Amino acid sequence: MSTATPSAAGGLYSDVIRERWRRPRHRGELPGANAVAEDVNPLCGDRVRLMLTIEPGGRIAAVRFVGDSCAICTASTDVLAELITGRPRDEARAIAAADLLAVLQAEIRPTRMRCVTLPISVLAQALNGTKTP
Amino acid sequence: MRLDEQTRPDFPILQRIVNGRPLVYFDSGASSQKPRAVIEAMSQYYERSHANVHRSIHTLGEEATELYELARDAVQRFIGAASREEVVFTRGTTDGLGLIAETIGRTLAKGDEIVVTELEHHSNLIPWQLVARDRGAALKAVPILADGTVDLVALERLITPRTRVVAFAHVSNVLGTILPVTEIVRRARTVNAITVVDGAQAAPHLRLDMSALECDFYVFSAHKMLGPTGIGVMYGRRAVLDSLEPGRGGSEMIKEVWIDHAQWNDLPWRFEPGTPPIAEAVGLTAAIEYLEKLGIDRVAEHERALTRQTLEGLARIPGVTLYGPPTAERGAVVSFTVQGLHPHDVAALLDAEGIAVRAGHHCAMPLMRRLGVVGTSRATFSVFNSPDEVSLFLATVAGLHSAL
Repeated sequence: MSTATPSAAGGLYSDVIRERWRRPRHRGELPGANAVAEDVNPLCGDRVRLMLTIEPGGRIAAVRFVGDSCAICTASTDVLAELITGRPRDEARAIAAADLLAVLQAEIRPTRMRCVTLPISVLAQALNGTKTP
Repeated sequence: MRLDEQTRPDFPILQRIVNGRPLVYFDSGASSQKPRAVIEAMSQYYERSHANVHRSIHTLGEEATELYELARDAVQRFIGAASREEVVFTRGTTDGLGLIAETIGRTLAKGDEIVVTELEHHSNLIPWQLVARDRGAALKAVPILADGTVDLVALERLITPRTRVVAFAHVSNVLGTILPVTEIVRRARTVNAITVVDGAQAAPHLRLDMSALECDFYVFSAHKMLGPTGIGVMYGRRAVLDSLEPGRGGSEMIKEVWIDHAQWNDLPWRFEPGTPPIAEAVGLTAAIEYLEKLGIDRVAEHERALTRQTLEGLARIPGVTLYGPPTAERGAVVSFTVQGLHPHDVAALLDAEGIAVRAGHHCAMPLMRRLGVVGTSRATFSVFNSPDEVSLFLATVAGLHSAL
């Protein structure tokens, strides 16, 4: 058998994605969360559940997520959680795919963009309270 | 000569370099590649003979009609149908299953039962969900056992005198399980239920004989068996087709039309409204002739050898879990997961080495839930795949644990 080196993977898996896939900083449960939403990516069955504690003034005090998702989706969700922590609700709502891609530093192909954007739609649902767990 | 050594020069796409590596295409279960004979037959049709079929009283119209109907003869021969009138062309497996569900659905009443299995592709589940909802029928699923086979004891119990339809895959697109078609059909027949077999994963790999399978309907796509996209086959047993009203209306499926009613055309055209996929039928003929020239039994043996090599190789890699029957007596399908890696990441990492596999739920979410996974990665084989490709694939999978 020849020795293969699958570590290349083009520019798809950046160091940021690898690092946050191995050691997500915001993964876990959030007891007392007051805004929660969960959704799936119909393409692959990935599932992400976002839990937020929002203060009465609208500031997002804490964010945690759990789910069953690929490296890109997990890293993207972790980055999103970091970006919105401590921010007012309206600023969190304005986060777009480009903001996440800027941090992820990866060449995401169109077929995998849903992996990046799934947490954005889950966040919108959590903030709107349109989907309850 | 090994089959792949003979066939590889016939597939132009195998010259592709993907991510700096020669393409290794292990996704024929989703859609196979096409031999030059298919591509050229379709080009030649468009360059020489194209016109609409059946009512064009001119030379090209007659040529196109003849070529289109020749495809029906080729399919009849390929699947061992009793007559050409039993071969109906559709847009593909999904279209065929939808057509059957709509057509049979009109005859169902409240309380009637439809039986499927837990391993069905969504294409053989959702149409029945819609019918069950519309007609007040009950939808029941036969469970899958741990070894990936269908629970025939449960099947025995789930089929009742109220069962009107039993719909199931011939070969699972995830597990590769070959279902005992004749056995299930005979059980269904004891209650006079109509049997519908999804043959999408079987037609490219197994010798088909409708007279031996005894089912009422058998459906498959051309594009998974070296043919073009956009055309499929709905085989229907003549007595059953004769007893059914057409599912869909339009031109070609009628004999005479008045404003408020119409007289239906003969079989098989009664079920083929509108302009059919003519060039695709020409391509399907070429694909069938290509497979017949290779020999279906030789194709099956070649793919079985690749499947066996893959199963044995993956079983030796730590952290790899295999799904489906623990034997190469299955379709040319191997589903697996790698511990600590998501199936999509496995597929992306393999793609970086030029190896194309499929990943995700494979349009079988209830089965994924049963297996307790979000998805799997899946390698599927065709006539052009080689043992060397499998070796490269196995070596790459073995190195994946350190890749992310």
